[in-house]
Amino acid sequence: MRKRMRERTTITMARSLLSLLLFFLLGGCPSPSLSAVQATDEPTLQDAWKTLTDKSYRNKEKAIAIIARNNTAEAYPVMKAMLEGKLYFSARDKALFIVEKQGKNHKFTPLFGGKSITQTNKHGFDKVKINNRLRTRLRQALAQLQLRHPDRDLRLTAVQELLKRPDPGTAGLIQDVVKKETDPEVRTAMRTLLAINQLDSTDRNKQRKAISELAGSLNPSALNALSAYRPTDATLKNLASAAIRNINERRERYDRAEMVFFGLSLGSVLALAAIGLAITFGVMGVINMAHGELIMIGAYTTYVIQLLMPGHIGLSVIVAVPAAFVVSALVGMAIELSVIRHLYGRPLETLLATFGVSLILQQAVRSIFSPLNRSVETPEWMSGAFQVNEVLALTWNRLYIIIFCLIVFATLILVMKKTLLGLQVRAVSQNRLMARAMGVRSKWVDALTFGLGSGIAGMAGVALSLLTNVGTNLGQAYIIDSFMVVVFGGVGNLWGTLVAGMSLGVINKLLEPWAGAVLAKILVLVFIILFIQKRPTGLFPQRGRAAED
Amino acid sequence: MIKTRLKNLAIAAAVTATSLAGTSLSWAADTIKVGILHSLSGTMAISETTLKDTMLMLIDEQNKKGGVLGKKLEPVVVDPASDWPLFAEKARELITKDKAVVTFGCWTSVSRKSVLPVFEELNSILFYPVQYEGEESSKNVFYTGAAPNQQAIPAVDYLMNELGVTRWVLAGTDYVYPRTTNKILEAYLTAKGVEKGDIMINYTPFGHSDWQSIVSDIKKFGTAGKKTAVVSTINGDANVPFYKELGNQGISAEDIPVIAFSVGEEELSGLDTKPLVGHLAAWNYFMSVDTDENDGFISAWKQYIKDNKRVTNDPMEAHYIGFNMWVKAVEKAGTTDPAAVQKALIGVAVPNLSGGYSAMLPNHHITKPVLIGEIQDNGQFDIVWKTSGLVPGDAWSDYLPGSRDLISDWRAPLSCGNYNVKSKKCSGQNY
Repeated sequence: MRKRMRERTTITMARSLLSLLLFFLLGGCPSPSLSAVQATDEPTLQDAWKTLTDKSYRNKEKAIAIIARNNTAEAYPVMKAMLEGKLYFSARDKALFIVEKQGKNHKFTPLFGGKSITQTNKHGFDKVKINNRLRTRLRQALAQLQLRHPDRDLRLTAVQELLKRPDPGTAGLIQDVVKKETDPEVRTAMRTLLAINQLDSTDRNKQRKAISELAGSLNPSALNALSAYRPTDATLKNLASAAIRNINERRERYDRAEMVFFGLSLGSVLALAAIGLAITFGVMGVINMAHGELIMIGAYTTYVIQLLMPGHIGLSVIVAVPAAFVVSALVGMAIELSVIRHLYGRPLETLLATFGVSLILQQAVRSIFSPLNRSVETPEWMSGAFQVNEVLALTWNRLYIIIFCLIVFATLILVMKKTLLGLQVRAVSQNRLMARAMGVRSKWVDALTFGLGSGIAGMAGVALSLLTNVGTNLGQAYIIDSFMVVVFGGVGNLWGTLVAGMSLGVINKLLEPWAGAVLAKILVLVFIILFIQKRPTGLFPQRGRAAED
Repeated sequence: MIKTRLKNLAIAAAVTATSLAGTSLSWAADTIKVGILHSLSGTMAISETTLKDTMLMLIDEQNKKGGVLGKKLEPVVVDPASDWPLFAEKARELITKDKAVVTFGCWTSVSRKSVLPVFEELNSILFYPVQYEGEESSKNVFYTGAAPNQQAIPAVDYLMNELGVTRWVLAGTDYVYPRTTNKILEAYLTAKGVEKGDIMINYTPFGHSDWQSIVSDIKKFGTAGKKTAVVSTINGDANVPFYKELGNQGISAEDIPVIAFSVGEEELSGLDTKPLVGHLAAWNYFMSVDTDENDGFISAWKQYIKDNKRVTNDPMEAHYIGFNMWVKAVEKAGTTDPAAVQKALIGVAVPNLSGGYSAMLPNHHITKPVLIGEIQDNGQFDIVWKTSGLVPGDAWSDYLPGSRDLISDWRAPLSCGNYNVKSKKCSGQNY
């Protein structure tokens, strides 16, 4: 009984809203009265709502078409909720609900009147599942409705969505909204979309205008439309091919810029992983094979911090930076005090001992956290990309890591150049005996220096945890690269490490497009071998007394 | 002669003693040894440890039911430590020293190739539970994972017919499985009329973590106006940074869907799946399969591993099928002697977890359904497509020039893993 009441209210609500909407939506959508005519051979709107709870994706697709065509007030929120996975139905009577998360609770708001339900779990409700086809349909349908949305960003995504699959059917709608559009970027995108449709027009003037409009666009659809354009007229043909050339030239320029960005970001990851080693290996001369594991410990610290701070993903990453520094520094100092201290001046033994330490650390982490990879969630402000234009996008996480790398590097230089610790570290590394004679407690300095290097490795781990797997093998993947960067840059030179990291990153990315990822890596290694043959001391060799022993 | 008789007598005495005393201690005197050859350390530990636990659970359950042929099963676990030559050594140790009558193990193709000569020389039995590239049929190996025609080909068909994909990126890790699979897929796509310019092939090293330029290339390749999909044979670990990069560069599953052959529930459990929703995977089993058998298996697994969050995956189901097939074959043969069990295995059918029966074929592959699932935000797969029936595993691909004419049939009188139907000859090689 209640169900029927709800249905009746739905119908009346829908009818009154339809007339309202008709007023607002002039073109684009076929008149709603059409659905009434077709009612005999096609399911009605009420059926469509019910079909959403169906299992078959094909049926749901048909239902969405009907809902989008009728375009009642519920259509937009329902399609949006469906796309975001927030549309549920009650298992009991299949009534539709939109769920919102409120703290720990889920608030289920019924679509067609009734009381909303708030509960901690989702028992008694099933999600309206969607697949790829449905997602595409929903996005297209939503895009058409969003063209008039007051939010400028939503309008832009709507036009861009429509641009992905230019459909002559939407031309009328676009023509209508473009006149009222105030935002220049949205208007340009709309005009590109219109121009793509006008290429098919029979009017030569219109075609000519469309070509010049598309020539200015970097949207891939514009290029595709021009490439597929086959005019009979020779002048139009020339115009079109000139436009294609123009677009390709500009795209290539941006492609090169993108490649440099990729190189720098790979370089900053390499530099970040290697800076810690530049201190322990470069300054102290310890061949520390457990360096990679110190990076891994930093990554696992990030994971633990995220577990401790549920619901504060963005903040947890920031907290993880000092935490990872402290944890890795402590582990590093423990290694120095227990193992490395007794092996100074015996590089081979140090290498073997630290390799053993690295295996112990790996197995320890495997025993504590299980051999399975852990997932570190990327905060909202680090996902997505900074869209420079339609072909060039710089991903946020990479941008932040480049900045992070530079900050870490600058801080380290300051510590080494301006603080007492830095002075003592330099003194000990240049001449241990003389430094001790001057009252420097060299053993204490050794432990602190090793701790500093290890701590920086830990911070690199935070950055890597956001890019790749957090697993026990994380360190192994970076140990070779780190040594490579330090040796290439010149042992003992911090600037050398930064420059070496960045240049290896860029070289790698320049080679990758034509050599492939596997060969590019090999070529870089060959290049370094040749380079070290020529200049055994690396890019920036140390001069003076320190270099002599 | 007298010695064996004495031994038999001793066994008989032991059995009587047990039946009289009924203590579990005396069982240990005469058990059936089952070898478990999965890496518990090193790079593959992440995937293989789970399979070791699965086997222990299955053996435990079987023992509760009274074992096999009235004897208890005793698992013998060894750790080949993701070291391929060590696999062969450990396999030999299992068969000769520990007297394992059957072995369940291996994950990577290279580890299987490493142990193959050992199993053939000692004429033992290996159950291999992972999807692989095919082009092999050994007398001593039973392949319970998918052959390419049980995973790759149906997946491509799905993309072609259901999503209208006309442009293809074949991306894989640089080793034998992706290379062979992609060779088969390329031949298949070309046979279906896809032009060379519409196929992009890309290989990356193991554990590749910097996907920026490759994803950017895929994006450019995919915006040429034709519906594009990525067929991914990227191996486990490298998938995380790959999918992260896809998300960051704004490639959604609707724009360019990625269908993966090596990403299952276990891999997703180490991943934030929100940006991956809608990407696909093709397997013969998903944890979300809605059957009573599967519900029972999942709850048994969670109970055994004492962790309510652990997931099940396709290779686990393969071991489930393989183990039950072996038990059935041993009961049919009445002995655990590998030679007899090998014969008895062919034709054995046991229930799989997706609500049907899987049968062992004469080519040592099994029949399986093929399922396509879409990744959900909770790390599970929503099954969007399923083959109407079971697909028989084909050892030799019909799309590669060299293997097109080969068939495998281990029944007498053919007893050959690679019989050439044109030259009417068995090449004589062991696999």
